Amino acid sequence: MPDHEAVLHYGVLAPAGAPERIDLKMDAVVEAQSATGWQHDLYDLLRRNGITQIAYVPDAGHSILIDRSLSDPDVHSIPLTTEEEGVALIAGADLGGARAVLLMQSSGVGNCINMLSLIKGARFPFLTLVSMRGDFGEGNPWQFPMGQATEAVLAAMGVICMRIEHPADVISTVNAALTMVFKSGQAVAVLLTQRLIGAKPF
Amino acid sequence: MARKPPLSAIASPNAVLERSEVVPALIGRHEDFLIISGLGGTACDVGAVTGDRAHVYSLAGAMGAACMMGLGLALARAQKRVLVVTGDGELLMNIGALASIAVIDPPKLAILCVDNGHYGETGWQKSHTSLGVDLEKIAVGCGIKHTHTVSTEADVATGARLLRESNGTAFVVARVKPTEPPAFKRNFDAAFCRDRFRAALPPL
Repeated sequence: MPDHEAVLHYGVLAPAGAPERIDLKMDAVVEAQSATGWQHDLYDLLRRNGITQIAYVPDAGHSILIDRSLSDPDVHSIPLTTEEEGVALIAGADLGGARAVLLMQSSGVGNCINMLSLIKGARFPFLTLVSMRGDFGEGNPWQFPMGQATEAVLAAMGVICMRIEHPADVISTVNAALTMVFKSGQAVAVLLTQRLIGAKPF
Repeated sequence: MARKPPLSAIASPNAVLERSEVVPALIGRHEDFLIISGLGGTACDVGAVTGDRAHVYSLAGAMGAACMMGLGLALARAQKRVLVVTGDGELLMNIGALASIAVIDPPKLAILCVDNGHYGETGWQKSHTSLGVDLEKIAVGCGIKHTHTVSTEADVATGARLLRESNGTAFVVARVKPTEPPAFKRNFDAAFCRDRFRAALPPL
C-alpha cells in the first residue's frame, strides 16, 4: 500500500474490517520503539484527564492514539484538513467546557502560527502532541527546515515545549503537561522526538 | 506577457439584500443559539443583533477560526444549537473546515456566511465569490446536506428555518450588497470574553 493511501485512510468512513492504516515500513520502526506500549498508556492518560475531543492530521507516529480514539464511543475523533483547524477547534471546545487535544506532525506546526494568536490572546488552554520529523536520524532532507524550526516557532507564539526522548518519560511528561494546560491554563506542546518514535529511513 | 484575466471586468453578483436587514431576519431570536462570529463585518452584524453578550464569542483576528471553533463548541455542547456567522473572506481562508465539519456533521451546528463578495475591512477588494466561486456548491461538495443560498427576500424563511431546525449541519449563504456593516463597538478583550462565555454556561 502506498504511503499516502495508508495515512489518509480516515477511520470514520472506513468499512468494518478495513485493514490497518499504518504502512509496513513505518510500522516496523514504530514497533521497535514501542515495546512498552506507551502509546496505549498515553491514550488512557488523556482519557483519565477528561479529554473528549481528539483532532488530528494523520501521522504514523500518532496512529495508535488515532485508532484508539476512532474506536472510543465516548470521544469525538476529528480528522482535519490542516492543523490550524485543530487550534480553532480546541478553543471552541474550551468555550463549551470540554477538553481537546491536537495530534500533528512537526510540519503542521508551521500551519498553525497565526491561529495560535487565538490561544495566546484569549489565554485558551492548549495541548498538542507533536511527532517530530527532521531531527534525530531523519533521512528525508525536506523535513529539516520545519523540523528544526518547530520549537522556535512554538516558543515565538507562547507555547511551552516539552521534549520526550525515552519511552519511560512519556507518561510523567504528558501528565505534567496536562496539569500545566488544564490547571494553569497554559499552552503546551509535547514533542515526541524521533529518538522516541523512530526515524523514518528513506 | 500571458493574457491576464480582467478581474475588474467580471461582473459582481447583483446582490439586492442589505446585511443589516437580512442577518437579523435569518438569526431571529438570538438567545436560542450559542454564537461564534468571525472578524470584521460579521462581528458587527452579530453585535448589532445581540449586543455585548455572554453567549457570543467574536473574533478580531485569527482569521479562519470561526467555523472550527463552532465545531469544537457544538461537540462540547451537543444539546445547544451553535451558530457560526462568518464572512466570505474568512470562510475562504480556511475553506477546508467545511470538509472537516461535514464528516463529523454535528446535528445542531449552523453556519451563516454573510457573503458581500468583498474584503470590506481592507479597502473593498473583490473576494473570490465576486469572481465566480460558489460557496454553497463547495459546501455541497464537502457533503453538507442542509444548504441554501439566500439571494432575495423570498429565500429568507427557508434560510432561517435551516439555521434553527436542520437535523445535521446547516450551511446558509446570504448574498448581500457590499455596504458597510452596522456600527458596533465590540469588546476586544479576548480573554475576558472567553471567561464570560464559559461562566454563563451550566457545568457539563
